[in-house]
Amino acid sequence: MSSLALLPWLLILPLAAACLTGLLPLRATQISSLLVILSQALASLLLLLWMPSDEPLFYSLGSWGAPLGIVLRLDGLAAAFLMMTSLIASLCGLYALSYLRPSQQPGFWPLFWFLWAALNGIWLAGDLFNLYVGLELLSLAAVGLVALGGEASRVKAALRYLFAALLGSLGYLLGVSLLYGAHGTLDLELLAEVFHWGPLSALALALILAGLALKTAFFPLHTWLPPAHAGALTPVSALLSALVIKASFYIALRLWVELEMPERSLEVAQLLGLLGAGALFWGGWMALQQVKLKQVVAYSTVAQLGYLLLIFPLLSSSSSEASHLASQGGWLMLLSHALAKAGMFLAAGNLILCAGRSELSALAGLSRYRPMNIFAFGLAAVSLMGLPPSGGFSAKWLMLQSALISGQWWWILVILLGSLLSAAYLFRVFSHTYLETQDSVQFGQPSLMLELCALTLAALSILLGFFAPWPLAWFALPGPFTEALG
Amino acid sequence: MNLLPLAVLMTSFTAAMVIFLLPEARHRLRSLINIAAACLKLVLVIFLIQAVLQQDYPEFSWEILPGLSLVLRADALAMLFAGLSSLLWLFTTLYAIGYLENAPNRSRFFGFFSLCVASTMGIALAGNLLTFLIFYELLTLSTYPLVVHRGTPESLRAGRTYLIYTLAGGVLLLLGVALLYAEVGELNFGDTAALAEAFHAHPGRMSGIFFLLLVGLGVKAAIFPLHAWLPTAMVAPAPVSALLHAVAVVKAGAFGIIRLVYDVYGIELSAQQGLLLPLTLIAAFTILYGSWRALQQIDIKKRLAFSTVSQVSYILLGISLFGPLGTLGGLVHLLHQGLMKVTLFFCAGNYAETLGIHKIHELNGVGQRMPLTSAAFTLGALGMIGLPPIAGFISKWYLGLGALQAGMPWVLGVLIASSLLNAAYFLPVLKRIWFSDPPAAWPQQASESKRLWRDSSPWLLLPTLVTATLSLAAGLFAAASWSPLSWAELIVIREYLP
Repeated sequence: MSSLALLPWLLILPLAAACLTGLLPLRATQISSLLVILSQALASLLLLLWMPSDEPLFYSLGSWGAPLGIVLRLDGLAAAFLMMTSLIASLCGLYALSYLRPSQQPGFWPLFWFLWAALNGIWLAGDLFNLYVGLELLSLAAVGLVALGGEASRVKAALRYLFAALLGSLGYLLGVSLLYGAHGTLDLELLAEVFHWGPLSALALALILAGLALKTAFFPLHTWLPPAHAGALTPVSALLSALVIKASFYIALRLWVELEMPERSLEVAQLLGLLGAGALFWGGWMALQQVKLKQVVAYSTVAQLGYLLLIFPLLSSSSSEASHLASQGGWLMLLSHALAKAGMFLAAGNLILCAGRSELSALAGLSRYRPMNIFAFGLAAVSLMGLPPSGGFSAKWLMLQSALISGQWWWILVILLGSLLSAAYLFRVFSHTYLETQDSVQFGQPSLMLELCALTLAALSILLGFFAPWPLAWFALPGPFTEALG
Repeated sequence: MNLLPLAVLMTSFTAAMVIFLLPEARHRLRSLINIAAACLKLVLVIFLIQAVLQQDYPEFSWEILPGLSLVLRADALAMLFAGLSSLLWLFTTLYAIGYLENAPNRSRFFGFFSLCVASTMGIALAGNLLTFLIFYELLTLSTYPLVVHRGTPESLRAGRTYLIYTLAGGVLLLLGVALLYAEVGELNFGDTAALAEAFHAHPGRMSGIFFLLLVGLGVKAAIFPLHAWLPTAMVAPAPVSALLHAVAVVKAGAFGIIRLVYDVYGIELSAQQGLLLPLTLIAAFTILYGSWRALQQIDIKKRLAFSTVSQVSYILLGISLFGPLGTLGGLVHLLHQGLMKVTLFFCAGNYAETLGIHKIHELNGVGQRMPLTSAAFTLGALGMIGLPPIAGFISKWYLGLGALQAGMPWVLGVLIASSLLNAAYFLPVLKRIWFSDPPAAWPQQASESKRLWRDSSPWLLLPTLVTATLSLAAGLFAAASWSPLSWAELIVIREYLP
């Protein structure tokens, strides 16, 4: 059996689970979800282990090849992110099992599975239209999940998210149709071969990028993110911040590199970097002002996305070593942020369960009673601040080296100041937990399962600092992305 | 590949993890784990010292980024710091167990306490700059919870000051290390040839990186004007002060500067290129400034804190004097200052714990009430002044010789002036302790039960007496083969006569 045969199951099983969980009674839903989670984790692990080291894999659904049929392509990047999705979604799923009330679960599981299927579809998609389908499915599932629970504030945040996502899809779709008109193909491999630069292509790409930027919540298009990510139920927040926004970024960076944009648009790249700096400082500043825990974490996502934007100017270097380091650092940043942010949202959810309220001031004295959750939050925070040893540090180190080699010293300052700012808003949370209060407050006790899920994710973001050569080797496996990078 | 250096780290790291998971009420088990881990670590360190004596340098390395490794390597200098820290950690742990008896949050405290020492071991054994940086930052993170341990608004403020200084220093250090890596590539300690080449190609840039790294490390070494966090952090419990001042934090900064000068840039290159003179000047100034500020303090721990600011710069002064004798003075003071300062902080803790004494004027006649603690305090204070035959004298003697060897006789003037200042801020305290009449009532008297000879509880008193004795022994038996001086000599011989 070759790993190729596994590929379609990564889409079919979650989709089937989505339909099934919509119909089955709660108990059966939970059991079948657990089984599918297990199968997904196993499949992505096997794919990663069997990944050939010489060339990417292509799979044509129903044996219809490009340009007519649906083509899945699996390179090192896709394999690594499939694994990341399995890890994070599994743990969020387990968390949701004991966190969500029975009344919320029937709504949660079908959307959860649509979300997972859409993510897998995006990592694997080989053409622009499938990417569009994946994006749409992803956005709709995510919006539905935000609204879950039905409180007015959640519905409002979800509506805002819906408008942003639809507008983003519109931009993307317009751009794709312009590209199709100019080049006659949607297949990414063929497009990269026949791609010719011109005003129409430029407009198309600008529309695509703007659409994806809106969906990723790049500064200054981020305003929909904090209410949606902070307001959603905790496992949903984690899924959204860790995975959903990463998918649109992944598409943007792949297109950028595979269509050889780094050489073509130096100014746009610098502008994107500037927006990244804006994201880091504005997001960090806003995180410092928040009075609610999950808002701090959500604004931290806005800020951390700034690091991902910095990859664009770093890629546009004349030195191929610098571009290589930038892409490696960027993907590693994506991975470590996903792990750390998922862990942090889950830990924050636990802390709120303990304190009973979501304000920072309610955390006073918590480090005394529930050290495990504070510890998980702390581990994730170390990675987000980019302090060693952690995945965040390793990623930042690669980006710093890239900036140094390409002589773009101004991004070094941005990276370092961004770290200090994130330390400021995260330690602010800690100082609240250390405050000793006179009156003895009663704290709740989250179940062990909830604590373990948060701790595992946070610990993984730290361990990534020690095992970074593994994912970096996967990212560097041959594929369209690494070939375009040269 | 040798797992022994990793094992030294893992003893305290594992202890930290187990302690975090232990329920708060399991006090006995926690103390047992603490003491067992400290003893085990000491034994492992002795094994490493044996290996280093036989010119064998156990090394552990693990690739964490392509081309970059986490390297733990036991060399003579590493063992100087690791030996000091693991020895003092044992006593500080014993002291902390006694000091925090009946206090809340001990699980959190001892967990981070162990983590702190694990990071210190990592700093000592780091075989390259990246590894050093990793553990240097980890030390910042694991000491913060200890500084804010009391949870009062005042200690939270002190914690914030501590973070602002150390994180900013850490960022400068990171920048320096990243720049150095981009210029030179290889960051392994002791391999100075590649750097010398790069230095001759870009002298300006490489000097700039040197000073960047120096400032980054200078924050923890509390050199003027980067010292303000140290006196502020005095709100922490006494064992934490001992950790900050003697065992871990300021030592990590000073040790980093030693590594920077000797094993990254190389002492000859640094001396030739005039990188050392600014360090000499700033160290000399910090010595006088710290002593001067200590003179003005009325709080015992604050006075000791400014004394640390001054004393740590003795180490830096010794490093910056080119020549074996100056180096010897600086290195040996790393150990001597640790022994004497930990004694003084233990004594300050004993006074506060037993009689509620925090201010200097409250010390009147305490010598009659707590003679043993006061004797230890006297030993430590006289050692700081540099009175023979206590350890501090040996340091100052070699520093003075080193200054003459390096052709900087004015440094002698600094040493004399600072000794006079030391005498000026310690002798009046001693006079109060021994020759003034005790007050009618002490500020706040603890219960008489479980006290050793009416002084302090044995957990507090015995470590104090042992470290005081050690600081006397380090001076008395300086010529013995196991003394700190002999070990520092070994390092100097291997450094200057490769």
